[in-house]
Amino acid sequence: MLSCKDTTRLVSESMDRTLPPGRRLAKRFHLLFCVLCARYERQLFMLREVLKRAGAEEDPPGPDDVTLSPEAKERINKALTRP
Amino acid sequence: MATPGTSDPGTWVDRHGDVLVRYAMLRLGDPHLSEDLVQETFLAALKARDTFKGDSSERTWLVGILKHKIADYYRRKVREIPMEESESSQTGGEMTFFNQDGMWKDGPEEWGGDPADLFREKEFLARVTKCVSDLTPRLAHAFTLRDIDGLESREICKVLGVTETNLWVILHRARMLMRRCLEIHWFGGDAGKR
Repeated sequence: MLSCKDTTRLVSESMDRTLPPGRRLAKRFHLLFCVLCARYERQLFMLREVLKRAGAEEDPPGPDDVTLSPEAKERINKALTRP
Repeated sequence: MATPGTSDPGTWVDRHGDVLVRYAMLRLGDPHLSEDLVQETFLAALKARDTFKGDSSERTWLVGILKHKIADYYRRKVREIPMEESESSQTGGEMTFFNQDGMWKDGPEEWGGDPADLFREKEFLARVTKCVSDLTPRLAHAFTLRDIDGLESREICKVLGVTETNLWVILHRARMLMRRCLEIHWFGGDAGKR
């Protein structure tokens, strides 16, 4: 049986590619019996879901207290409108 | 003066400045650096104004330039530091989380709260940026490209100049650390019950 250490590695790898059948089964088998690794998998997928939405390009919700400082705005504007 | 359909640089900062700096923050975790790269982005955009065809939105065009600036920054940073043992080896760094038999030392805790709206919550996102900035540049770059931008592994390998096997190890390390960081600073203890 896989160790937790090996299983977490496969959990992550499964987020980036389709695992070979043998490894996929071994991972699934471990997750059936291991609450901690099952929780780990759930949390990783949840985090990725949340982060993907946060990173949406067009209008990132972002932390909305993160803004370009007035000084930076002025500096950049000057540079942009310089004749 | 701007003619209809062309982009007027005088309006860029007001219309896109905040969004761009937010975009940079989530991927860099450093406010000053984010402002610098946004400034570079606008200046590069000014030079390359002719390349703006108007077939994408102005915002998308600017974000595209910013993306390159971020990638350039990380590439430069990564070159400065040799790859760490903990980033590249299968076993490196895992001692923190697992004992010699490969069992969890402190396993993941149960997280409270409803994650559905987290992506809107600014304190949570501020935590994310903090945790990203704690990663080594290589880990941070790979992680943000994959789990925030959703780029395919193969494209990321090209950007980072690593093999896919290498990338999987890097992402595994990054996710392990990000999860742990957010557990400690956000989900853990009472924080998760908010």
